[in-house]
Formats: sequence, structure tokens, C-alpha cells
Amino acid sequence: MTRIEELVKEQAEKHGRKRTSLMPILQAVVSSEHYLSEEAMLAVAKELDLSTADVYGTASFYTFLDTVPRGKFIIRVCKTITCHMKGKDEVIRTIEDILKIKLGDTTTDGKFSLLQANCLGWCHKGPVMLINDEVYPEVSPEKVSEIINQYLKKG
Amino acid sequence: MSKYKVNLKINNIAISVDEGTTILDAARQLNFKIPTLCHHDDLCVAGNCRVCVVEQKGARLLPASCATPVSEGMEIQTNSLKVRQARKHIVELLLSEHNADCTKCFKNGSCELQEMSNDYRIGDHVFLDLVSEKDKVRDISSPSIEKDDSKCIRCQRCVRTCDNLQAVSALAVTHKGNKMRISTFLDKPMNDVVCTNCGQCINRCPTAALTERNYIDEVFDAIYDPNKFVVVQTAPATRVAIGEEFGMEPGSRVTGKMVTALRRLGFDKVLDTDFTADLTIMEEGTELLTRLKEALVDGKDVALPMLTSCSPGWIKFQEHLYPEYLDNLSTCKSPQQMFGPLAKTYYAEKINKSPADMVVVSIMPCTAKKFEAERPEMRGSGYKDVDFVLTTRELGRMIHQAGIDFEKLEDERYDSILGESTGAAVIFGATGGVMEAALRTAYELVTGREVPFTNLNIKPVRGMEGVKEASVKIKDVKPEWSFLEGVELNVAIAHGLSNAKILMDKVKSGEANYHFIEVMACPSGCIGGGGQPIPTNMEIRKKRAAGIYDEDEAMVIRKSHDNPEVAEIYKSFLHEPLGHKSHDLLHTHYTPRKRH
Repeated sequence: MTRIEELVKEQAEKHGRKRTSLMPILQAVVSSEHYLSEEAMLAVAKELDLSTADVYGTASFYTFLDTVPRGKFIIRVCKTITCHMKGKDEVIRTIEDILKIKLGDTTTDGKFSLLQANCLGWCHKGPVMLINDEVYPEVSPEKVSEIINQYLKKG
Repeated sequence: MSKYKVNLKINNIAISVDEGTTILDAARQLNFKIPTLCHHDDLCVAGNCRVCVVEQKGARLLPASCATPVSEGMEIQTNSLKVRQARKHIVELLLSEHNADCTKCFKNGSCELQEMSNDYRIGDHVFLDLVSEKDKVRDISSPSIEKDDSKCIRCQRCVRTCDNLQAVSALAVTHKGNKMRISTFLDKPMNDVVCTNCGQCINRCPTAALTERNYIDEVFDAIYDPNKFVVVQTAPATRVAIGEEFGMEPGSRVTGKMVTALRRLGFDKVLDTDFTADLTIMEEGTELLTRLKEALVDGKDVALPMLTSCSPGWIKFQEHLYPEYLDNLSTCKSPQQMFGPLAKTYYAEKINKSPADMVVVSIMPCTAKKFEAERPEMRGSGYKDVDFVLTTRELGRMIHQAGIDFEKLEDERYDSILGESTGAAVIFGATGGVMEAALRTAYELVTGREVPFTNLNIKPVRGMEGVKEASVKIKDVKPEWSFLEGVELNVAIAHGLSNAKILMDKVKSGEANYHFIEVMACPSGCIGGGGQPIPTNMEIRKKRAAGIYDEDEAMVIRKSHDNPEVAEIYKSFLHEPLGHKSHDLLHTHYTPRKRH
């Protein structure tokens, strides 16, 4: 049994093997592995006796269930209209400059991914950004460099 | 189902129907046809295409009639101005994302969307054209199935087919919003996923998003090549279905007309897969008895229950999902693949032809047979055993192309040799048929008496129930089979892979104790195959099954072991079932595959 298979099994023991257990198991795999690999989706399908296409169909529906490798810290900048008007493009450009990656990419050391997200529900405090589960409201180019630098130091 | 009646009016006509009936079905009872696309009688309700909307008095919105049950006092209009307008818009919206290159399309003339667009005289595009956004690269990775997303209207009949009927779910709904599409695991090519090539999705696709890979031109090229000797074999189930391609009733027995048509198309010899179906019974029956002997007498650890191996969709299903049971599969090749190597060895020798100059074509009710013919193991003759596999539909198309008036054709007979068959062979086409044919032969072999059923009709293994079970008590056996005295032979039959899964899970859990299991991948067996005429539903499949059993009763010889050509091939060529030559030409092995 591989490490991923063990992780999936452990999660299935915890959440059950019904179809409704699929989401919490996928979420658990993502929070541990940052994305759903082919191996992980195969393991989940086997454990829950579902088809792999079905698992992939569910994963591909949800933005937060990535099926391509992502960094340890996933930065998601809200792309919807309020945050756009409040300057999310400058925020993104600043992050791109600091991390030397383009929107949608992951740093070569596998530490950061830079993505956009649909409305995060913080329109009154835009532009807003998420790093993993942490919310950063009212970010500006200056504030964002500070935040990213803190994460860079975290290792 | 409850017996409460609900009273309603459809187009001002009062009707009383069972509670739970949909508006669509109630309207059908009054002979009002409401157009549908995502709805299919074999599948669960989806209600996503919306073309079946109707107007309900007092309701603000137009309900989808396929997904709405009737209620007391309901007043429905199926063709009001509002309905007509909405329906027209819905079809226009569907067309705005459908690559309507109709004149170049394989489904031209048999496309449900095209028909609807014609019915409603859809002219100009009124909505934003979304076709340009779609992926126009067709997936032709599979030798059986072609997938063209630009034709897909996302009705999900295929998704429900693959799930409800086949329990495979190779296809699923992936992504969302305008990117939503019908796809495979990680969008892999069809040939790299769990797809069994059964083609049931093709049978139900309303457009040409899913079609069979067609090889009509290749076959005509071979026929017109003066250096090629082209022989054709026809599967049991084709002879009760091909008539539908020419407007005949489902289940019409047109064996003789089909033979004539094939001869007129220019095939050099018209032979019958039914002959190798009889041969399959000899080989598979002997294999079963050998396994039973090894288990009961020699105390060997043999793989039981034995599973039939005629259905290539079922084989691939096992390879992907139950690889631990591959030893249980009979090693017999399917009748199609037994025919191929015999045609290119035994037959080639008899007619004094070089196998290199021979082309073997199969007419099959099946799309998985196309994949099967491509398997690397299927080269027992030293050549590709079966060169081209055509579906019943493709043969229909060839006959149309050649300008042959099928219905008016006289009956002709198959050529000999490799053309003689029995009633036991033709019933391979219906679920339970292989089991019945095997029992007719095995029981007689062991006891010296015919199976104890009136007129050889083993009724318990027939019919459309998903999983069938039967037991046959074996007694007063011949001395050489004494170990079978008093044994109760337990058999089971499943058709449709979701039923096969139920059966396999029973075997796996140890709940069931069978000796022999027949599985056909397609609902109702080969008569409901993925290569059969469209449409299909239970009523049509029942008619085809009735045709099969009539054909059986009309045959002079009804037991495989009585087929004189089978006796001859054992005498002069194969020598004995499971013998050395059989092993080389008629038996095969299986490959475990991944789960995705």
C-alpha cells in the first residue's frame, strides 16, 4: 500500500464509504497533498467503489479540488467585479513580480501557486486574497509584498 | 406501484392514470407525442434538455413533462403557442452549441436533433454561436467508438447508460458552466479508460457525439480488390434486427434475405458465426465438465464458477474491474474469433486459397467486437484472424448504398462449409441462450438423454429478468461421468453489466455458489447490442428475442453436438475438444487492466 492509498483508507474509515463521503475525503487529500493526483483519485474510486470518471467529474467541478499539482501555499486572488474595481490586477502583478511566476503557475520550488478565485464574499473589504485557508482583506501592492515575504521566511 | 388513480386533462381530453405517471407518459397514452431528447425509456429521468416542456394551467413556468408526475386536476397543453415558442427556442439553443455539419455527418438522416430541427423548421441562428468554442478534435483512439464533443448537446443519455445499465461510468459529467462536458477520467482518450466498448451509449446518443468507428469503405475496397477473397460471417442477433434498417418490424426474421444481400454486395462466400457458436458449445461445454471433474474427482483447486467468454464487453469489464477472476473466464474465444482462425486455416485449405489473400469480415450486433478483433492475441492463424468488423447498422448502410431493395429479396442459404448451424447457436443472440445451448449439449453428453424440458426449451434461463438462476439435477449418468451423479448444477445468467456486477459481487462475497455463469454485456444480450439498429427499448428487444426463439424452433437441428459440420471439423481437423489444435486456434488468455 502506498502512502496515498493509506491516507485515502484512513479518511474512508473516518468519513465512511458512501457516495456522500466523497467530498470530505477529497478535501482531506487536497489539504494534505495540495492537489488530487491520478493515483489519489484512483485510490478514492477503489475505496468507495465508484468509477474514476465519477471522482474526476466531482473534482473538476470544484475550483478548490485541484487535479494538477499545486504549491504548498496556494494564493487565490478574488477576480470578481468589486475586487477588480478595487485594484486586484495590481495585486496580482506585484505577486507575479515577487514570485517570478505568471498567474496560474507554481514556483519551481513547489512552494507557491498563484490563482484567481470567484467571489470570496468579502466585497466590502476588497481586494481580497486567500492563502490556503487564510483570508487577507483590503490588500494593496505594499501589503501583499509584506505578506508574501512572511510566507517566504516560513520555509 | 400504488394503484391510486389521478385525473387530469391533456389538450382538453380527460384521462385517468396511475399515480406517479409522468405527464409525458400520460400524453403518450392519449397518443400525443411530446418531443424528447434527454429522455430514454431505458434510463432514469434527467430533465435537462427541456424540449419536452408543456404548459400547465395556473403554473408560471413550463414544466418538463418527462420529469413531472401528474397531479389531480392538472390541465396540460402540449402544443400551445407558449409551448411551441419555448420549444423552438430550446432547439435553437441546443443547435447554437451543436456542430451541425449535417451533410458530412455519419448520423445524417438518423439524428434526433436534426429531425427535431426539421420538425420545427429551424432556420437562422438567433443565438450566439458557441460551436467555435468547442473542441472539434474527434477522439478516434478506440477501434470501436468515436467521440465528437462538438456534436454533443450534453443530454447525458450516455452518462446514464454507462452508469444505470452498465455500472461502468467510463463517461461522466466533468467541469462546470460553459466548460461542462462529457468526459473520461482525467480526459484520457477513450481507448485508455475503463470503457468496455459495449456501445450502449452509441445506441442512445441522440446526435453523432458518439458513433461506431465505421469500416464500410475498407470493406468495399476489399470486395473490389480482385486479389482478395472476401468471406463474411454473420452473428446470430443480426438476422432478427437488420430488417429494422429498412423499416421492417423489430424481430422480423430475415436470415435468408440477409444472406442474399451479402452475396449481392459481392462477398465471395457468405458464412455463419452460428457455426462457431456451435463449436463454442463443444469447447466450452467440455471445459466446464473438465473443470467440474478436476474439482470433484481430482480435488484440484480449479476456478469455479466458470464464466462465459463470448461477450467482449464483458471480458474487458472483468479485466478492468474483477481482474482477480480472470481464471474463472472460459478460455474459449468468442464465436467471432473462433471463426477467424478457422477461416484462414481449415477453410483456406479446403478451398485452396492462401490465407494471405483472404479477408474475413464480421457482421456483428456489437461494437466491442471491433476492439476484440484488434487484440494482439487474435492472430491464431498467423494473420489477423478477423480483418474488419461491421455493426448491423453499417451493413444496413452498405445495402442502402448498393441500391438493394432488401425487403423484396428472395431467401438464400449460407455457403458450406462453415455455414451450417443449429437452433442452439442462434439463441446465443438472446440472454440465457449460451446457457441453454450449453445445457442442451452437456446434459445429453453426461446422461445420454435430452434435457428434461418440453421441446428442448429451457424456459427458466430465458426472459428479461436482470439476474436469472436455475438448477439442474443430474442423475442416471453414463458410467464415465459417475462423479456427476446426483450433482445439482447451479447456474446463473446476467445481462447488462450492472447485473453482471450484482452477480460478481455475490460470487466475491461467497453468498452464491454457482458452477457456471453466463454474462452478456448488453441489456437483453446481443439482440440489444451496441451495434444494433437505433432506437432500442425493452419492447423492441423483446420482439427481437421472440424472433430468435422462433428461429431456433424452426431449425431442423437444435443441439450443437448434432451439427454435422462440427462433427466433420473434429474428425478431420481439430480431433477433439480442448485438443492441441483447439488450444492453438480457439482458446485465449486475458490481461488485467487498470481500474480507470
